[in-house]
Amino acid sequence: MPVASLKPGYAGPNRDAVDNYHGAQLVYVHWEGHLNFCAAITLPLPADTPFGALTGEVLPHIYGADPDWASVNLSTAHWTLDGKDWSPDPAKSIGEQGVGHKSLIRFWTDRAGSA
Amino acid sequence: MAARKLSLKQKYGHFTRGLDWEPSYQKKEDIFPFATFEGIKIHDWDAWEDPFKLTMDAYWKFQAEKERKLYAVIDSMAQNNGQLGITDARYLNAVKIFLQGVTPLEYQAHRHFAHLARHLPGAGLRVAAQMQSIDELRHCQTQIHTISHYNKYFDGLHDFTHMHDRLWYLSVPKSFFDDAMSAGPFEFLTAISFSFEYVLTNLLFVPFMSGAAYNGDMATVTFGFSAQSDESRHMTLGLEAVRFLLEQDEANVPIVQRWLDKWFWRGYRLLGLVGMMMDYMLPKKVMSWAEAWETYFEEAGGALFADLARYGIREPKYAEVAKAEKGHMTHQVWGIFYNFAHAAAVHTWDIDDQHMAWLRDKYPETFEKHYQPRYLAWREQAEQGNRFYSQGLPQLCQVCQIPMAFTEVGDPTTISFRVSEFEGDRYHTCSDGCKDIFDHEPEKFKQAWLPVNQIFQGNCGGATLPEVLDWYHINQGADNLDYVGSPEEAQWNKWMEGRRPTMPIAAE
Repeated sequence: MPVASLKPGYAGPNRDAVDNYHGAQLVYVHWEGHLNFCAAITLPLPADTPFGALTGEVLPHIYGADPDWASVNLSTAHWTLDGKDWSPDPAKSIGEQGVGHKSLIRFWTDRAGSA
Repeated sequence: MAARKLSLKQKYGHFTRGLDWEPSYQKKEDIFPFATFEGIKIHDWDAWEDPFKLTMDAYWKFQAEKERKLYAVIDSMAQNNGQLGITDARYLNAVKIFLQGVTPLEYQAHRHFAHLARHLPGAGLRVAAQMQSIDELRHCQTQIHTISHYNKYFDGLHDFTHMHDRLWYLSVPKSFFDDAMSAGPFEFLTAISFSFEYVLTNLLFVPFMSGAAYNGDMATVTFGFSAQSDESRHMTLGLEAVRFLLEQDEANVPIVQRWLDKWFWRGYRLLGLVGMMMDYMLPKKVMSWAEAWETYFEEAGGALFADLARYGIREPKYAEVAKAEKGHMTHQVWGIFYNFAHAAAVHTWDIDDQHMAWLRDKYPETFEKHYQPRYLAWREQAEQGNRFYSQGLPQLCQVCQIPMAFTEVGDPTTISFRVSEFEGDRYHTCSDGCKDIFDHEPEKFKQAWLPVNQIFQGNCGGATLPEVLDWYHINQGADNLDYVGSPEEAQWNKWMEGRRPTMPIAAE
């Protein structure tokens, strides 16, 4: 018999409910093969953020600290969204392409594995 | 004729069982409302035996003697500029993590053992909990007094209680205790008295106090000696408490096993901080994390769990994972602190060639292949005036709250991502161990106060890093960033000019 240390009917708030983010949602992003960035990053992004803005503005700010970043070609990167292969369209918003609150985006670039 | 003195056993009996009574006009379940909901069955509270049979009058005498010795050493250190006797200012970063992270846990332990002293239905166990509550308060006080001398000369030690509630990496120890304190009384006992004190505390106190001794920190060593006899008593209490639960009813066994699985894993994750101190922050090394894990968990813990096998208890789930990861964990935790030293109240630094040689020697399978290249690349960037700091905020594990930096077992190049769905939302965890804990009690862990997420909710002083650091009470430019270039380094070098080399050799 499973026993939980919770009284029956125990409930509490979901502290990370999407409503707490003032119109944004949390998106986790990880550049595979570059573990000088020790972990995936957390970004608060509105669902209508174009994917192209994520790759063109947000990620360079984060990953530009890596000397490899300058030679990365994101158009040939391999992407996954929440564990499934993904072919994002730069012109469409992240929300339109299935990125939800606390989705995880992982990407592999040509130079992956050099970290 | 003078009255005959009571024997120790009689006195103990009067102090414990003699204090208790059967309620006549209140229901027992109303007096002890937390005693049953976990499913633990106790048939005979009098079967509980306090292994030490310590009574309060004897307790005061022992503790007063220890206090006199401790404060004599602290006074001596203060009067003789004892801070100059440490090996290197870098060592103090281990002390900072201890004060910021561990000292508030002592206070939390004091609070909750006092709670148990009121709420456990058995008088014997209540008295033992009361004694431990006072011990924990004493530990908190003596740690503050021991470390206060360093606060006069070094950065990052000035506001540990405030930081404990706010700083991102301190949410790791805080959430550990918050989880235990918000559990039922028997889970708390299993979590803190057994899993933490008995199974894992050797890994905290032995290497940490040995590290202090090796590195000239006599104040901390003396505190450690003062606390050690209490710790021995607490460990025995934890083991007896678990044995008592297991002997009272077979139905308790699977409940206790689940708690052992959970609290082993939470404790193991928490010890990442200690492992990092041992492998990275001590200028003179005592032993590596991997060696300590082999001695104190694989050998000592293995014997303990073999002993408990007769009750139907097995080794904690995922103990094998911890064993397999021992060559990786501390390097990955150091990577987190190196990435985010701009947002921490401790310093990190370049791992120099001698230190790397020691790490290669201690971690022949893992260090040179996986971590040395990373450190050399960071060194190269630092030498170009571009010390590497991670610009974003990390993804945190919903359970242990550590940045998701741990890799898959057997694949140190791939981060281990786990995710659960609950009530339509995703919850990310760093490992099978943390995912199991979440999946068993999602109603509890969906409430986790994750520092990074709270920053993005606007609850941490502002949207910019300097605003958040102000909210943490970090003195920017002094407490944080790299050791090289810090005011601490400048002060230390000035003191040490002509006295000794600035960084001693990493020694056995």
